[in-house]
Amino acid sequence: MSMSASFHPVEQRGIDISHMRVVRPIPYGRYLAVALILLAAAFIVKSFAEGQVDWSVTWQYMFWPNILLGLVNTIWISILCMSIGIGIGLACALARDSVNPVLRGASIFYTWFFRGAPLILQLLLWFNLALIFPRMSLFGLFEVRTVDVITPAVAAVLGFGLNAGAYASEIIRAGLLGVDRGQFEAAKAIGMTNSIALRRIVIPQAMRTVLPPLGNEFISLIKMTSLASIIGFSDLLRSVQNVYFINTRIIELLMVATVWYLVVVTVLSIFQHRLETRFGRGFASGVRR
Amino acid sequence: MSALSDPIPLVRARGVGKSFHGSIALDDVGIDVSRGEVVCIIGPSGSGKTTFLRCINQLETYDKGAIWLDGELLGYREMGDTLRPLSERDIARQRSKTGMVFQRFNLFPHLTALQNITEGPVRVLRQDRARAESSAMELLKRVGLSGKASAYPSELSGGQQQRIAIARALAMQPQLMLFDEPTSALDPELVGEVLSVMRDLAGIGMTMLVVTHEMAFAREVGDRVVFMDRGRVVESGPAGQVMTSPKEERTRNFLRLVSRA
Ligand SMILES: Nc1ncnc2c1ncn2[C@@H]1O[C@H](COP(=O)(O)OP(=O)(O)OP(=O)(O)O)[C@@H](O)[C@H]1O
Ligand SMILES: [Mg+2]
Repeated sequence: MSMSASFHPVEQRGIDISHMRVVRPIPYGRYLAVALILLAAAFIVKSFAEGQVDWSVTWQYMFWPNILLGLVNTIWISILCMSIGIGIGLACALARDSVNPVLRGASIFYTWFFRGAPLILQLLLWFNLALIFPRMSLFGLFEVRTVDVITPAVAAVLGFGLNAGAYASEIIRAGLLGVDRGQFEAAKAIGMTNSIALRRIVIPQAMRTVLPPLGNEFISLIKMTSLASIIGFSDLLRSVQNVYFINTRIIELLMVATVWYLVVVTVLSIFQHRLETRFGRGFASGVRR
Repeated sequence: MSALSDPIPLVRARGVGKSFHGSIALDDVGIDVSRGEVVCIIGPSGSGKTTFLRCINQLETYDKGAIWLDGELLGYREMGDTLRPLSERDIARQRSKTGMVFQRFNLFPHLTALQNITEGPVRVLRQDRARAESSAMELLKRVGLSGKASAYPSELSGGQQQRIAIARALAMQPQLMLFDEPTSALDPELVGEVLSVMRDLAGIGMTMLVVTHEMAFAREVGDRVVFMDRGRVVESGPAGQVMTSPKEERTRNFLRLVSRA
């Protein structure tokens, strides 16, 4: 106390900070960062403008019907697979911490397998299911040829959906573990059953921590769906490739795909931000400087 | 057993035992709580007070003896001379007859004060929202927080949170209120506001089982005091008698210790 007083001798007269002008130090560091970023951006823009890219061709193919079809395919398969993934992920996360050892084991096995095997390999396995099981039947009620059922789209949905489930389960489990046990007990103490307590009290709180990594998963899934072109699914990337195989404007068409992927991811990020605000209500947390 | 006058007390516990992985938390606990009675449980840390409340609320299962609430055996149905564990739904129904107030409040942080209170009536009792909200506003008034209906728990002081937690429990119209050291997580100057809400509740005839370290509260508001130590009921009787002239040596030692603190 006395030391700091002698170090900074301050005369304690009656001042009121609200009546005085505050002179802030100049944030050189921030100015430097801005300058560097602007420089880098200018460099990138300049090189692309001067480079061997004919932007008018890019623009011309932007709304080409077949490319839009590829875009739509990429979007629906991403949304469907993510929904399947979240459904399976929630089930697995709950099973993983259940008292039933069989459920627990099944959940652990599931995550182990679908996270462990490479995604391309899983896609190929699903697509070639007919080689293992030429025919499928439902309790002998009716029977179909496997090749008729497992189209590229079905194989892709199975491959990506089951894979997304394995990753989502760990994310959701972490979210559920992050909710204080007292919340579950307080919910039960007012007479809620397990399922109502989960739906109304635990999951909404877990959402807050689950959303950012789940958004990450979704974005990486959207981009991963381009792998489905190897089993003949016509996603966005495949549809631009089909065009440049013919007209050889490779870079211009790759730019078309790039723009569309970025648009999709941007829309998704906005949506994610909205959800985060919605589920962040009541929580005073986070770091902002 | 014959010393009990009330034919059907609201809570009757007999020979209740509970152990966690071999270590005994409750040992032969017997307690009766009549309707309208306020019973305070005191005792040193680790004596099983919380565990006992949690058994009554079935957040914990007891493994010896029996507990009846309002004449109903908790957790099991008798079938001849065998027992069948109750379904989750039946346990939830039994549980909703008691309200529980936790040491650490456990308000739902993602819901406003009003929503915290209406959540049970709307989701469990299936009341319509308008009705649940108007009775919630009544309860908020009773705990002195009418102005805080739309505040989130993170915006409330500890004492205010605990009063909302009491209102949340009361909204289920419980027959019995369980309090587990409701003031021990509070700053000293906030203890009074919570105790005064509890005093009011006792005044309107609510049956209460209160674990507390507030000896003054136990003496003034409690009808009876139960002293527990190492999982057992050591002594119980009228509040004045147990607090001022305890029969047991261990009770005397405990009271001497807490009065010195
Ligand atoms: N979930 C649990 N797992 C293992 N042991 C437990 C558990 N809960 C309580 N115990 C043990 O049971 C005994 C009684 O604990 P309890 O919490 O009921 O005591 P208490 O009287 O409420 O103490 P305090 O005044 O500190 O709250 C203690 O020895 C404790 O370690
Ligand atoms: Mg305790």
